[in-house]
Amino acid sequence: MDALLLSRLQFAATTMFHFLFVPLTLGLSILVAWMETRYVRTGDETYLKMTKFWGKLFLINFAVGVVTGITLEFQFGTNWSVYSAYVGDIFGSILAIEATAAFFLESTFIGIWIFGWKKLSKKAHAAVAWLVAIGSNLSAVWILIANAWMQSPVGFVLRDGRAELTDFLAVVTQKFAIVKFIHTATAAYVLAAFFVMGISAYHLLRKRHVDFFTRSFRIALPFGLAASLLVFILGDLNGVVVAEKQPTKLAAMESLWVTQRRAPVYLFAWPDEANGRNAIEIGAIPGALSLLTKHDIDAEIKGLRDFPPDERPPVLLTSFAFKGMVGLGCVFILLTVIGMFKRNKLLESPLYLKAMLYAIPLPYLAVQLGWLLTEVGRQPWIVYGLIRTSEAVSPVSATQVALSLAGFVLVYTLLGVAGFSLIAKYARKGPEIDDGTGDVRPRTAVRPAAA
Amino acid sequence: MELQTIWFFIWGLLWAVFFMTDGFDLGIGTLYPFLGTDETRKRVMINAMMINAMGPLWDGNQVWLITAGGVTFAAFPLVYAVMFSSLYTALLLILFGLIIRGVSFEFRGKLDDPRWTKIWDACIFLGSFLPALLFGVAFANIFQGIPIDEKGIFQGTVLTLFNPYGLLGGILFVLLFVHHGAIWLAIKSGGGLHESAVRAATRIWPVLLVAAVVFLVHTWFATNLYDNYLGNPILFIVVLLTVAGLLGSRVFMAKGAHFKAWFASALTIVGATFFGVIGLYPNLFPSSLDPKWSLTAYNASSSPLTLKIMLAVVAVFVPVVLAYQIWAYTVFRTKVNEQELTY
Repeated sequence: MDALLLSRLQFAATTMFHFLFVPLTLGLSILVAWMETRYVRTGDETYLKMTKFWGKLFLINFAVGVVTGITLEFQFGTNWSVYSAYVGDIFGSILAIEATAAFFLESTFIGIWIFGWKKLSKKAHAAVAWLVAIGSNLSAVWILIANAWMQSPVGFVLRDGRAELTDFLAVVTQKFAIVKFIHTATAAYVLAAFFVMGISAYHLLRKRHVDFFTRSFRIALPFGLAASLLVFILGDLNGVVVAEKQPTKLAAMESLWVTQRRAPVYLFAWPDEANGRNAIEIGAIPGALSLLTKHDIDAEIKGLRDFPPDERPPVLLTSFAFKGMVGLGCVFILLTVIGMFKRNKLLESPLYLKAMLYAIPLPYLAVQLGWLLTEVGRQPWIVYGLIRTSEAVSPVSATQVALSLAGFVLVYTLLGVAGFSLIAKYARKGPEIDDGTGDVRPRTAVRPAAA
Repeated sequence: MELQTIWFFIWGLLWAVFFMTDGFDLGIGTLYPFLGTDETRKRVMINAMMINAMGPLWDGNQVWLITAGGVTFAAFPLVYAVMFSSLYTALLLILFGLIIRGVSFEFRGKLDDPRWTKIWDACIFLGSFLPALLFGVAFANIFQGIPIDEKGIFQGTVLTLFNPYGLLGGILFVLLFVHHGAIWLAIKSGGGLHESAVRAATRIWPVLLVAAVVFLVHTWFATNLYDNYLGNPILFIVVLLTVAGLLGSRVFMAKGAHFKAWFASALTIVGATFFGVIGLYPNLFPSSLDPKWSLTAYNASSSPLTLKIMLAVVAVFVPVVLAYQIWAYTVFRTKVNEQELTY
């Protein structure tokens, strides 16, 4: 394997791993800040316990998210130096703004939040929780502006063999960036809401801390419903901007090979990339693709055959990632709508609670599929239409990259196992309150101590 | 002053602030297995106190590194590209170190199993010592020049960096940070740990002094850093300030004025960073093969528009960040209470 393939694998592995933790941070930071605000407003101790319990899970997740983010900041330089030199004028400045204007906020105030319970007034402490939530979400704004520029480069000229900024506002305010941020952020809120509802369901099924977890569930439910609807609507808008800016990605998403008016959406299609057609096509809805992306049923959509083969993204992965994501998006709406009807009789709905418990991993899967679609669908370009991924890699030896990739796989696997087991352990354990329904055994060693 | 020159010094300043702030965290992490008693029960308590001494602040401190990296990318994209790909293995080792350090604080106390705690304790030490050492190795090598060709391609291996001057830089950084960390620990702790920290700072100081003098002398032979100073002798004031900081920290420690000692030590670290940065100017990443191939503030910078926008961003946000970070430091200036440990 060469340095290019290894670097791509490394980037995919480290980014996808990072994004196992980011969405929960984005969404749960808001829910925890809201719980703490309720506590300050009402003085109800249960809200304080909720803040502490969900806050503990939040912090374990946050720790892994933060440290794996550092890698990404530096990986453009280590593995994609040609890319970095080519686009640093624009892309680099967005990353630098992210660090100065957002990441500092999140990282400084998280320390104050963790250690400041007895140092700050209740109100100030809740305000700090909001600053953490705002900082995390602002971080996402800037990172997604940077990613949107890779999808849809604007506001630049090519000069002296690189892309130079000419219009900062165009980069920051382009529709692609705005739609992408809201779509990604709301996806993260769906994930956080399902996390809270799923863990609450686990305890409600066991009739433990019923009041505590019913209230937690009911805080997360409307948040999850709103987010599930928004992520779907924004996903549709995202499709419109993709149709405008990235015609190859659109065609690959839908495995559309032949340019046509009244372009269909296939309920299922298995692309045959070698022969430039679909091996299997089931359930074509005529005109649906034209209508959805151009808002005109007769609009012409360009098929993959009209693009040179070396400008087409991998169709199978792109289309399956897309369809999987959309399918899951429907499931989230369905489950949260059902939830609105069951919200006053959660204990009498064990089947629904069970479904919500097992639904915890689904938003994780959906966000990963979303990123696969975004990044694989952009190929073979690293910046769409401007520079190819194959031209962007650093002049480093394959051995170096193989070693670092092996290191990442090893370290991240251990971190992932440790992080998720801790989250699972503390989620199962429940809050430290004695309301007569919980499991309040004294804390004991998990395993016999051995020197 | 030209934009590029302004950015060159902002670049240096961000690294200096990173070393000044996260430097004490890395120092405490390096001291972590060595302070206090060996008796296991007490060891656990001492380590928890050490973590709580830096706990509220280390995360915010670390962002200065992210910002220094981000600003390198934004203002000098070519330097970002060539520096990080040339120093590939060293940089990734630093990252692995920072990754395991960062999660350790959160993970360590989460299971009641001594083996579990031991693993993360080892990670805190490794994840502090390794970055401290490698930052020093990397910067010393930048001071003396890196074998890059005209295309910015690195003509060496990771072992190229481990030459005597590079290693000396690494040792100097470790000592600077450990000294800085010991003083911070003295500020933040009471009782036995406080005494151990004071003792550590006092004992490290002469070793640090010797290393600093050897480094300054070796720099004369190994690098061209002094050229800028000889051309403009008033600049030697930076060296004098650095030495004054180092001497001051010892004097203040002896008087028991620990905050003052810490500021003096901070001055030493900032001064040491600027000693190198001023000596490098206008080079950011000098080539040891041919000076023509060196990356400078002028041939590696971003467009004037980007430099101007970023200057506005930095002028607005860095003071804001400093303000809330200083507030955070004042909130957590008091000694860690043994009864109220968070981790």
